[in-house]
Amino acid sequence: MDGPVVTMQVRHVADAVAVVDIKGEVTAGCEPVLMSAYEEASGPGTSRLVLNFAGLEYMNSGGIGMLVTLLVRANRQRQQLAAFGLSEHYREIFELTRLDEAITIYEDEASALSVAGA
Amino acid sequence: MTEAVDPERATSAEQIELSVREAAAAMTPPASVPKDVGRWAAKVDRLDVQQRDGVRGTNVAGRRLTGPVQGFGKMWQKTYRLTVPADITPQQAIATWKAHFPEFWPAGNRFAGALTGISPGDVALLDLAIGGGVKLSTGVFVLYADEESFTLMTPQGHMFAGWITFSAERDAGATAVQAQVLMRANDPLYELGMTFGGHRKEDVFWAQTLTALGARLGAGPDAEVSTRTVCVDSRRQWHHAGNVWHNSMIRSVFQTVAAPLRALRRARRTS
Repeated sequence: MDGPVVTMQVRHVADAVAVVDIKGEVTAGCEPVLMSAYEEASGPGTSRLVLNFAGLEYMNSGGIGMLVTLLVRANRQRQQLAAFGLSEHYREIFELTRLDEAITIYEDEASALSVAGA
Repeated sequence: MTEAVDPERATSAEQIELSVREAAAAMTPPASVPKDVGRWAAKVDRLDVQQRDGVRGTNVAGRRLTGPVQGFGKMWQKTYRLTVPADITPQQAIATWKAHFPEFWPAGNRFAGALTGISPGDVALLDLAIGGGVKLSTGVFVLYADEESFTLMTPQGHMFAGWITFSAERDAGATAVQAQVLMRANDPLYELGMTFGGHRKEDVFWAQTLTALGARLGAGPDAEVSTRTVCVDSRRQWHHAGNVWHNSMIRSVFQTVAAPLRALRRARRTS
């Protein structure tokens, strides 16, 4: 079986805020990588997770489904989910699937973090 | 000190620079275009529908799409899977599924899609048998399609808010075909219906669909559809209870009951 074609690096930018830098392809197959990144990002005091999609190269409908699953997990922990770095193409996919109604999209990292007060 | 510039030489230098830039541009791949472009439907706010033969075609035009985020009930991920002979590639399996999608549906249900098959952005109209002679009229939108998978998304009023992904892949030397539903019941009435028999009915629906597909792809009569059900979120989203306003089942019942009256009125007008 092929290895993962995605990497997810976690940065703790503040006590309550973590950024996940996503690079590569987001499909249903990368669920273990995303969930592992979520575990690492999600400490006891984490109230906000910010997904950085600037390195996103490919996403299929399985990838969108996986983000919904992540959203459910974050909501269960009362954590907010935000995103930045989406190209126009991927921003439209978020809007088409209406995922943007649950994951707030920002232009860049600075604006995503300024809302978080980081 | 002034620098004298020979106009001819300057032009020539600019041309050389331009040529170098053009040559470099020609060698550089175009600014990274994601390979999924063209596989996703273009963004739509509300569905536009073309009438199709054999279905009522109501409860779809002007509706918005609904994903699991917009639904009401518990969130479920249901996976139906069947193994077909290894000489069928995943691409062949999906090409067959796309080209003959309505033919694999259980009897009594109608799927009226575009003549071209399943392409991103298409809207298909559905008439689903719900018993008592009533057909539930709704539709689906082709959200995503590539050579190994395609995904349908539901509009407001459909039984569930979410998407169904049909895919095929190599699995232990064979080919597996799969339908995976990620959904919430769209409103409290549907949630009640899903709890009391709806889920079972849906399981039977997709098992029959996969069995019919498997038969076309050469699977033996003893090939069994495996079903895996996971409750992703056990909470109900009460703030979406108002989705019941769009409930296509209620509207379909009224449309069925009102059909003879409408026909009578039309007949009076023409006589």
